[in-house]
Amino acid sequence: MSDPAVAFTAIEQGEVVTEPAAAPADGGGKPRGLLGDAWYDLRHKPMFWIAGGFILLFLVMAAFPQLFTSKDPTYALLERSREGPSSEAWFGYDVQGADLYARVIYGTRASITVALLATFGTVLFGGLAGIIAGFRGGWIDSLVSRIADIFFGIPFLLGAIVILFTFNPPGSNRGQWTITMIVVTSLVVLSWPVSMRIMRSSVLATRNADYIIAARALGAGPMRIVWRHLLPNCLAPVLVYSTILVGAVIGVEATLSYLGIGLKPPVQSWGIMVAEAENYLRVSPQLLLFPAAFLVTAVLSFVMMGEAVREALDPKLR
Amino acid sequence: MGRYVLRRLLQLIPVFFGTTFLIYVMVFYVPGDPFAGKCGERACPPAYIAYLTHKFNLDKPLIVQYLTYMKNVFLGDFGTTYNGRSINEIIATAYPNTVKLALVALGWEIIIGITAGVLSGLRRNGFLDNFVLVSTLFLLALPTFVTGFVLKYLFGFKLGWVTPTVTSANVTFTELLLPGFVLGAVSLAYVARLTRTSIAENSRADYVRTAVAKGLPRRRVVGVHLLRNSLIPVVTLLGTDLGALMAGAIVTEGIFNIHGIGNEVYRAITRKEGATVVSIVVILVMVYLLMNLLVDLLYAALDPRIRYE
Repeated sequence: MSDPAVAFTAIEQGEVVTEPAAAPADGGGKPRGLLGDAWYDLRHKPMFWIAGGFILLFLVMAAFPQLFTSKDPTYALLERSREGPSSEAWFGYDVQGADLYARVIYGTRASITVALLATFGTVLFGGLAGIIAGFRGGWIDSLVSRIADIFFGIPFLLGAIVILFTFNPPGSNRGQWTITMIVVTSLVVLSWPVSMRIMRSSVLATRNADYIIAARALGAGPMRIVWRHLLPNCLAPVLVYSTILVGAVIGVEATLSYLGIGLKPPVQSWGIMVAEAENYLRVSPQLLLFPAAFLVTAVLSFVMMGEAVREALDPKLR
Repeated sequence: MGRYVLRRLLQLIPVFFGTTFLIYVMVFYVPGDPFAGKCGERACPPAYIAYLTHKFNLDKPLIVQYLTYMKNVFLGDFGTTYNGRSINEIIATAYPNTVKLALVALGWEIIIGITAGVLSGLRRNGFLDNFVLVSTLFLLALPTFVTGFVLKYLFGFKLGWVTPTVTSANVTFTELLLPGFVLGAVSLAYVARLTRTSIAENSRADYVRTAVAKGLPRRRVVGVHLLRNSLIPVVTLLGTDLGALMAGAIVTEGIFNIHGIGNEVYRAITRKEGATVVSIVVILVMVYLLMNLLVDLLYAALDPRIRYE
């Protein structure tokens, strides 16, 4: 999933956006809120538990890689270069002779950090822009929408490559944290229009609802209307998008690192490992397959989670 | 209709200029000296630098550079690279390959994606439906370079069905079957899922029930009544995707060594060939925007309920 824009198109064309968050089900005991309803639905889905379990595993792996391996991922012995999997090293050794299992485990951190930060930034920034555009309307709406159009018009991968080549050129010597932030920023810059549009369309759909008008008639200020009435009812589509986006960003981060303009050694990243293994594909495919398998599992669990959340939040799909 | 097209074209103008200017600014901020290494082991003579600086307007303010460049683009001249190669020529050789690649990818999406979507949408919750759901979920989670390498290893090295890399400069469609699939894999999953949802939604519609009730054969109900209405959102996705596929072909072209526009643009960025990067991006953005417009217009043709004023 190298292009979140495509993901957006599918979501937009699907059911989520057109359907603003539904009012709680009426009748039958104490009405649950939307989130309560969704939680009730989620608890009965095996997909949710499987995906949740994997996500938890990856989160623990990112936070405490020492729990999973006692080896040092940077300790390399050339004499064991490209040795196959054994009981000593489960995934074998990489080209430099470092333990591949340890490297893959330590690579989780970079992917998860970038993905969570970028998603958070995108949703925060895009959501804010969407609320402002949708709620204020008028020329502000046109202006924000046109700016979003401009950013949306930049092909995702191409834009990321250009930005990263400008601020993070190959061969530059920057700290790990700086590079991570540059990658995160570039992803936010290129993907905020999507969450802005989702937010804007659900705000537009909710803006003239009776309860908003009622709140306004009762004298609620714009901040209160947005915070107490609009936001809770517009959050669902963006929430769904953000879950799927985490998965997409993990894939994009790996792609950029693979191209050599994302994260860089000595940071451990699955994309870097795949790039290193590229030239040995014919003789030792395991070098490529193990990190790729982790990458795919991570993306898959977030996409599955997004799927489960979407089904739970969208009343039309029930 | 004519007025709608005109309005949309006018709306495209700020987006087009905004996007290209943004790229232009970013590309020409790429740090580094464009003359580094151009003159062999020694520094370039000042006269040469002065000549090229003047020729490429490097001494002018950025906005002037941009406008001069855009003027030339509209006259059909994308300029030359720093070592004098015509960018028109680069694009002319590379672009057809990328278009072919994107078309092959689109072909896979249509053949497999729509078929799988229709079949699973017609029998919801059947075996095939679940199979399609699970396999598309899996496809969605596969980044392009993983699909690329795994399939290249499997079909190229293990089974030997295809040559692992594309060697000819003018690629044929058969060579592109595998790369095209790799490029289109993610979108294929989206197409399948969208078709499925759309079909499942519409098969409960009144007009379908009417068609069944008046005794039309199932083939006609599905093929004419149901499919025509259900494919409208799919066509949108496919249309916008064609633009996105060309821009996203960088990774696929790299893996399979296809001499296309993605390869060119990547090389140009690493060599700080600003003019080439901007030119290719301009073309891609233009294609992308026009595809979106085309898709909107196609809407009216497919769905009589939509009329543009």
